[in-house]
Formats: sequence, C-alpha cells, structure tokens
Amino acid sequence: MIWNEEMECISRDDLEELQLRRLQDTVKRVYENVPYYKRKLEENNIYPEDIESLEDIKKLPYTTKDDLREVYPFGMFATPRKDIIEVHTSSGTTGKPVVSGYTREDIEIWGEVMARGLTMMGVTEDDIIQNTHGYGLFTGGFGVHYGAQKIGATVIPISTGQTRRQIEIMKDFGTTVMIFTPSYGLYLSEVAEEEGHNPKKSQLKAIGFGAEMWTEEMRRELERRFNAPAFNIYGLTEIIGPGVAMECPEKDGLHIFEDHFYPEIINSKTGETLPPGKRGELVITTLTRIGMPIIRFRTKDITSINYDECGCGRTLARISRITGRVDDMLKVRGVSVFPSQVEKALLKVDGLQPHYQIIVTRPHLMDEMEVKVETSPEIFSDDIGEMMKLQKKIEDYIRDEIGLRVKVTLVEPKTLPRSEGKAVRVIDKRKF
Amino acid sequence: MKVKQISIFLENKKGRLWKALNILKGAGINIRALYLADTSEFGILRLIVPEPEKARKVLEENDFAVKMNEVIAVELEDKPGGLASILKILKDSQINLEYIYAFVHEKKDKAILFLKADDIDKTIKALQDSNAKILPAEEVYKL
Repeated sequence: MIWNEEMECISRDDLEELQLRRLQDTVKRVYENVPYYKRKLEENNIYPEDIESLEDIKKLPYTTKDDLREVYPFGMFATPRKDIIEVHTSSGTTGKPVVSGYTREDIEIWGEVMARGLTMMGVTEDDIIQNTHGYGLFTGGFGVHYGAQKIGATVIPISTGQTRRQIEIMKDFGTTVMIFTPSYGLYLSEVAEEEGHNPKKSQLKAIGFGAEMWTEEMRRELERRFNAPAFNIYGLTEIIGPGVAMECPEKDGLHIFEDHFYPEIINSKTGETLPPGKRGELVITTLTRIGMPIIRFRTKDITSINYDECGCGRTLARISRITGRVDDMLKVRGVSVFPSQVEKALLKVDGLQPHYQIIVTRPHLMDEMEVKVETSPEIFSDDIGEMMKLQKKIEDYIRDEIGLRVKVTLVEPKTLPRSEGKAVRVIDKRKF
Repeated sequence: MKVKQISIFLENKKGRLWKALNILKGAGINIRALYLADTSEFGILRLIVPEPEKARKVLEENDFAVKMNEVIAVELEDKPGGLASILKILKDSQINLEYIYAFVHEKKDKAILFLKADDIDKTIKALQDSNAKILPAEEVYKL
C-alpha cells in the first residue's frame, strides 16, 4: 500500500518542478518574515528572485543548530506567534534548546509524512499502535501519533517507561504495531520473557524504530525476538520531527519525502555538494513548513543518497541509514549527549580538572555511560566517605545537565589518554 | 604529639599500589606503617614514613594525588583489652574516630595504634588526661 501515490511515485521532472516552486516560495517567505534570514541572505547578497533553478539552492547560506539557538525561542517563526498551535524542542542539547513551532498546516504535513511512513510498514486503520516514544517536548511521541491518527489506526499513547505495564497492555490490547528505540525494544523483549510472555507469540506485524543509531544485526535481533519486520524512522526536531525519511519493505534505505524536505549531501569540511552514492553530511531545506521554514539545515548526520528506482514503486530518493555524526554528539538511550555538556557539569565542581573520558557501552541491551574523571590534589580527600560523596555529586551534576544517570569513576591524575595535549573524550564501544 | 601521614589516591587497578610503593623505594623511603582503605573502584593508601615531605614530593612528581594529614600514635600493651582501653577513653570523651590501624611493635609486648579523629587536639588531650602513652613523631619515624 502507498499512502499518497501521486506524491510518492511522482516523476523526477514533475517533482523537481514542484520542488523549485516550493523552494522559491520558502525563500520568499523567510526573506519577508524572518529578520534573521533577511539579514543572512542580504549579507550573502542573495535575494528570493535569484532562485531560478534547483541548482541555485547552492547560493543559499547554511543554517546550523547554533543559528537556531541564537534566535531562541521564537526568532525563526515565519508567522505571527498566534498562528503557531504547537511547539517542540530538541532533546538534551547544550544551553538553550532549539524550538520548533508548528502551524495547523505544519501539523497536517507532519501527520501526512508519518502516515506515508507508517503505511510503508503496513499500518492500516485496523491496527493498534503502541507508541513508546515519549510524549512531550520531544517530537517522537507526537509525530507517530499524528501519523497513526491520520491513517485511522488505534493509538496507545503509552510513552516511554513502565516496562511491565507496556507488556501487559501489549498482550491485553492485542498490539499489532510497536514503536520504540532499538535498545528499548530489546529491553522490552527481555522483560517480556521474564514475565512469562513470549513476544514472538504476540500479534505484532511491524515495528517502527528510530531516535538512535543501530546496526543491521540489531535490527535482525529485534525482528527475531518479536517475530515481526522492523522499519527505520528518521527525523529531527529542527526540520519537523520523525517522518523526514522512512523505510519501505525493501529495507534498502529510507525514502526521504522530497516534496516536503529537499535533501543535499555535502562534504562537511569544504561545503561542496557530493554526488549520489557518496557519503557526507545530510543538509535539508524544508519546502512546505509554514511556521518555521529552515534553509539548508546542517543535520550533522552522515549518510548518502540514492535516486535509483526502488522495488516498492516509490520514486522518492532514499538515504542510507545514519552511520555517524560530523560532530561529537552521542546518542545514549535515545538522548543526545555532547561531551561539552559533561565538561560543563564537571566545571561546577570546585577544584576538579575537566579531564574526563566518556565510555559508552551496551553491556546488556541498554546503553550505559560511564564518565571517568581525574582526581586532583585539590579534590582528593583522605576520607573515603567524602570521596564517595564527591563521586555522587559529579553524577548528579551530569544528570542535571544531560538528563541521564551515568556512572562516575574517579581515576588517578594524568592517567586518561591525551592526544596532542587534549584528552580523548569519547570511547564508544557499541557496534554500529 | 602529631604524626604526619600521607594519603594517596589509588585506582583499584592492577599495579597501582606497586607503582606508588616503587616510587618510594626509588627515593629510598622506608615505610613505617601502612593502611589501605578501599571501595570497589578506588582506594586510599595511608602511609607513615620517616620523611613525609619528601615522600609527598616524589609521589606528586609522578602525578599521584597526595594529601598530608596528621594522626596520633598511641602505644598499647600487646595483650587482650589493650585496644579496648584506648577506645573507651575516646568513647567517654565523645570523640568520633575516622579510622584506626594498629601494628605490633618491635619492642616486646607493645603495639602501636594510629588513629585519626575529627578533632585531633581534643583527642590528644583526652588521651593524655587518661595517661595513655602517645608517641612523639620522631620516635615513630625511627621505628
């Protein structure tokens, strides 16, 4: 089944014509309504009328996450605030979060793209979707919710956590579609077995997963444990949330909804546009967002793009699964973590040197994060109790900063590896 | 009356204790008494050495986190009840101990107790008032 055959199977020529029209409209709207973009375009000596072909998109300046923070909270809105009917923010970021504002039309688009993706997974109005993504400022919960409602499926908005309850409901309500992050899915299956419920015997027909990096092995493991196919969902708050790109049953990349989001792959160092098949940083321009259009957003996610026809019949291009980041951002249990946040927390402790190392592992399905911190003569105390208190205090500060509980280990001074004088900050032992 | 003790932060990792002690060996420093307190992740090595300042310096030069503090050395009868009699003095004087460690003396029938309390001067006074024998630092270093 294809949700919107007209758009999802559109010819390249028709699509490009539509994209150009929408790009011109978007550039015009941001120039006229967003002072930030007006200034930025003028600085680059670019005006809406300069966009005469899709190629001209290269003339437009990039937008970074820092740019979006600079105008916190509502500076990127292209409509009066009263037209914004919902806001979300990015998760676990340093300093101020990025706010995304949605008009009624934007919520409509969000539901539309998620409906397309859920349809790829085989979801219909007969299904019962258990949505374990968090409902709140995080976009995960609501994105799936709007898509499912558009299709007319029954949504169980259970959100994250309460694992035993999740299993009970899955069984009692006869859930047919599960939405979770890969690590939470694996954990859920374990608990289910402990509870004497075999997830293989459930009525699941599909799983949608996203919000963190994963491997093909992990997908196969999820599919084996739940005896249902698992589909990858990609999205980001700055653009709309989940539903920017999703996997079809061919599972050979994620169809990016190009009529709404214009993708480019660039060399993140030189800014040069890369040809199809080459890996680089994904850059997205929204083509239809009303409340908060974004021009050439640097996602920092690494992928490649493929314009070949897909076996499923859709003509929309596909991006490969995300295999890395341009920056040092980590996803731990679905939460974005920057080493700089850890550093900020450490600097709150008097006498502590910000010499640390983050070690991320997945010892038993769930991500674990350990932060090794060097002691210094200033913070060292002869009293074991004081040292334990210090350890706990650092753990609390880090939790306040990133929203995750981590394990802090105190190590001897100058024992953490340094390269060119700077400590090697992150060791990610998970296999992606 | 006060004896200098150096405390060293050690990771609970193979070879760390050896490394610290090897540094002292290299500096020709002999250890008079030693006490290692540990948790599952780290330990604190407490040492009584004849030249605490020198020991601290060489350890710090080798990137160890070191703290210098003071403890009291009390001579005990090496017989049942010897330690208990000292603890009773402290209990009766409402003194909280942080930790203690004891060694058998070379002198026959004697043991030495090192103790760390929150208020060192008050502790010394209480011990003196009860006629406990506190050893001067020089004597301890010469042990």
